[in-house]
Amino acid sequence: MTELLKISGLDVDFDTRRGTVHAARGVSLTVRPGEVLGLVGESGAGKSTIGNAIVDLLESPGRVSAGSILFEGEELRGRSEAEMRRVRGDRIGMIFQDPQTSLNPLMTVGAQLVETIEKTNGKISGAEAENRAIELLEQVGITEAKARLLAYPHQFSGGMRQRVVIALALAGDPDLIIADEPTTALDVSIQAQILDLIKQLCRERALGVIIVTHDIGVIANIADRVAVMYRGEVVETGDVAQILGAPTHEYTKSLIAAVPRADRKLDRFSSVDYIEGGTTPFKRIDIQTHWLGESQRERGSGPAIEIENLDLSFTLQKALLKRNRKMLQAVDDVSFTVNEGETFGLVGESGSGKSTVARLIAGLYRPDGGQIRVIGQDVVSHPKSATARTARRALQMIFQDPYSSLNARMRVLDIVAEPIRFYRLTDRESETRKIVGDLLDHVGLGASAALRYPHEFSGGQRQRISIARALASRPRILICDEPTSALDVSVQATILNLLKDLQQELGLTMLFISHDLPVVRQMCDRIAVMRNGGICEVSDTETLFSAPTHEYSRHLLDLMPRMDLLGEA
Amino acid sequence: MFFFILKRLAQSVLVMAIVSAVSFSLFNFVGDPVNNMVGQDATREQRLEIREQLGLDDPVLTQYSRFLGNMLQGDFGLSYRIKRPVDQLIFERLPATLELVFVSAIIALVVGIGLGVYTGIRRKSWISRGILSVSLVGVSLPTFIIGIALIYIFAVHLRWLPSSGRSGTVDLGWWKTSLLTVDGWRAIILPAITLSLFQLTLILRLVRAEMLEVMQTDFIKFARARGLSERAINFRHALRNTLVPVITIIGLNIGGLIAFSVITETVFQWPGTGLMFIQAVDFVDVPIMAAYLVFVALLFVLINLVVDILYFVVDPRIRLGN
Repeated sequence: MTELLKISGLDVDFDTRRGTVHAARGVSLTVRPGEVLGLVGESGAGKSTIGNAIVDLLESPGRVSAGSILFEGEELRGRSEAEMRRVRGDRIGMIFQDPQTSLNPLMTVGAQLVETIEKTNGKISGAEAENRAIELLEQVGITEAKARLLAYPHQFSGGMRQRVVIALALAGDPDLIIADEPTTALDVSIQAQILDLIKQLCRERALGVIIVTHDIGVIANIADRVAVMYRGEVVETGDVAQILGAPTHEYTKSLIAAVPRADRKLDRFSSVDYIEGGTTPFKRIDIQTHWLGESQRERGSGPAIEIENLDLSFTLQKALLKRNRKMLQAVDDVSFTVNEGETFGLVGESGSGKSTVARLIAGLYRPDGGQIRVIGQDVVSHPKSATARTARRALQMIFQDPYSSLNARMRVLDIVAEPIRFYRLTDRESETRKIVGDLLDHVGLGASAALRYPHEFSGGQRQRISIARALASRPRILICDEPTSALDVSVQATILNLLKDLQQELGLTMLFISHDLPVVRQMCDRIAVMRNGGICEVSDTETLFSAPTHEYSRHLLDLMPRMDLLGEA
Repeated sequence: MFFFILKRLAQSVLVMAIVSAVSFSLFNFVGDPVNNMVGQDATREQRLEIREQLGLDDPVLTQYSRFLGNMLQGDFGLSYRIKRPVDQLIFERLPATLELVFVSAIIALVVGIGLGVYTGIRRKSWISRGILSVSLVGVSLPTFIIGIALIYIFAVHLRWLPSSGRSGTVDLGWWKTSLLTVDGWRAIILPAITLSLFQLTLILRLVRAEMLEVMQTDFIKFARARGLSERAINFRHALRNTLVPVITIIGLNIGGLIAFSVITETVFQWPGTGLMFIQAVDFVDVPIMAAYLVFVALLFVLINLVVDILYFVVDPRIRLGN
C-alpha cells in the first residue's frame, strides 16, 4: 500500500535563552490510508510536537530544523503560511485533548461548523453548508442534529463536545487526522465510544489517523501500528501486537511493565528503573524507633471510618420558591465501613460523588444528614470539639492535582512542617526540622528538598511532597483522591509502590478514590462502586473483578481497555 | 434572567437610599442653611421665620422623608445662590456634560479597542511597542496637565482650536447640542480628548492583555488547525471573547467619565454639570451639591445595570445557563 504520510529524519528544535532544546530528533514515521498509528510516550517525550510540526503549528520558538514531511508525495516543509492554511482542515484535520476548551464558547456549534465548511469547500451556499453541517453531526452520532446547530458548546456534555470537535475536523474531508490525546479528558464509557467512532471513520473513509497518547490502554484498543517515543526519539516502531506483547527496546519493556494490570493482582508494580534513570535511594527511617512510628502504637481496634446514611445536595440554581430550585443530590444515602489497616477503594465515573464523599469525611463539606465516625469519634455533630479534632488529625488527604495542592509561595520545609506546627507535635523547632528532613528522605525526595519551592519539582515529586505533608500529622488514615491520575504511567507506578510501602510499615488505613479500575485492583482490599451519588455494590476486590453482582459494576468492567495483547510480564 | 435583574434592581435601590441619606445630611452638617440664605443684617425673627418655612424645626426623619419625597418628584429645592430650582439648572447643563462624555467615550472605545487589538496581534512590532510606551503617559499624567498641555499646543501655539467654552450650540427645544455645527465640534475636540485619554489607555491595555490570553487558548489553536483565515481568528473568535471583561471595566469607567468631567470642565470652562458643581462648592450651595451627588450616583447605578444586561447579550453561557 502507498504511504499517506512519510516523515523521515525530522528534527524539531526550540531555541531558548539557555540553549537549544531538541524536542524531536531523527523521527521517522509512516502512515497509510485506513490505518491508525499510535504515537505513545510519556509527557515531554515530544509526541505532541510531532503532530504540531506536521501542520506547521509549532508553538514559538519551535522550528523544524531537519528532515522531510512527505504528505501524499508532496513536501510540506518550507510551505508558505497561505499554502499551509489550505492543507490544514482541507487535507489534514486535528483533534485536541480537551473538548471543554477546543470550541469557541461564544459561537453556536452550527456557526463554527458552517464557517469551517465554507472555508474548506470554497463556493458553497449558506443552505448547502448548513445541510452539510447537519450531515457531519449525524455522522459523528449526534441526534436531532438540526436543532443542535443552534446550541452553544456549553450546552453539550464532554463526550458530545468531542464529537462536535471530530465533526469539525472532518468538515474539510481530510485524508489524515491527527488526534492529540482525544480521550484523556473523558470518562471511560465515553472514551470507548469516541475511540470506536474514530476507528469506524478511519475504516469507512480510508483515513490515515495518528493517535497521540500516553495511555497504553487507548493504544491497545485502537492502534494498528505503534511508535514509541522517548526523549524526542522514536525508540521502537511496530505492529501493535508485537509492541505490547513482545517489546524489544528496554524503554518500551519498562513502560509496558508499569501499566497496572487489570487481569490479576500483583504484590507490587514492576520496577521502572530505565525511566527513573539512576536515582540514588535515600535513607529510610526505622519506623520502630522514629517519631513517625508512634502513631502505630496509638492504634486501636474497631473500624477506622464508619459512615451511615450520608446525604448531601448542592444547589444548582437558586430560586425564591423551593419548587423552582434545582438541586443535585451529590451524595445519596451512602453507608460503608472501612476497617483499620485496610485499603478501601471508591470507584465511579466523574460526577458519581466519590470525591464528595472523601471531602465529607475530611470535614471539607458538612453533610445534610447522616453520621460520620472517624476512629470511633463523631465528627459531624460537634466538629470543633477536642475529640473531633483528634480524629481529624488522624486523617489526612492527598489530592489529585500536584500543581495546585501545594502553596507555590511556601518552601517545602514549611509545607511539610505545617501540620506538625499546627498540632504542636514537637517541643522544639529543631526537632520539627529534623523530622521534616526524615520524612522527605523517607518518601524518596531527600532532605535537601526542604529549602526549595514546589515549582522546582516534577508532578511525581510534588506528589511525594504531598505524601510527606500528609504523614507529618502522624495520621492513621490517608484519603487519596485520584493521587496518580495526573501522572505518567511510570511515575504512577513508583508513587503507588510508595503508598503501598507506607501502608504496610505504618499500618495505615487508606481510602483510595480512583476512576481507574486496574489501579484500584492493584491497590485495594475492598471496593465500593458509586454512581449518581449512591453506592451500587461493596465487595472484596477479587470478588468484584471476577463476579460483579451489580449491573453497573459489570458495565464498568466491560469498558476497561482490553489488555489481552500484553504478555506475561 | 428576570430574577437576576430584579436582584440588581433591589441593590440599586439600596445604593440610592444610602446616597440620598448622605446628600441629605449635607444640609445639616455643611454650615447653617439659614445663614447661607439671609444677609448678615437679618433679624432673629426673620431667621426663625425662614427656619419655620423650610421646616428645619421638624424631626430629622420627617425632614428626610420630605427630602426623599421631593427628590422622587425631581424637586431638589432652590439654589441658595442663583435662587432657581436646582433640577432646572441641572437639566440646562446636562446636555453639555453628556455630549462631552459621549464623544470622549466613543474616542476611548474606538481608539482603545482598535489599538488594543493591534498591539495584541502584532505584539512584537515596533509600532506596538511605541504605542504601549506612549500609552503609559496617558495613565500616569493627571488630567489637568494633559488639558493644559493640549490648550498650550493647539489653542495658544498653533491656534487651530478654541481654548475654552462651548460654542455653536443649536437649540432643539429640549436639548442644546453642539454636535451639529463645525464650531461646536472644534470646541469639543480638546476637552473630549483630554477626558478620554486615561480611559483610552486603560481600555487599550486591558484589550491587549485579554487578546494575548485568548490567543493562547485551545479554541484558537483548533481554529488555526482548521485552516481558518487570520482575520476570522482575530476578529470572529478572539475579539469577542476579550469583550466580557472589557465591558465590566468600560461600564465602571463611563460612570467615572461623568464624575471626573469636573476637572476637564474646569480646565476648559465647559458649561456642564461638573463646572456647576465646582462653583456650587465654592459658594457652599448645598442644594446643588446634594442634587449632583444623587444624580451621579443614579448614573452609575443605571450604567452598571446596563452592563449586567450586556453580559446576557454577549455571553451565551450566562444567558442560557448550564
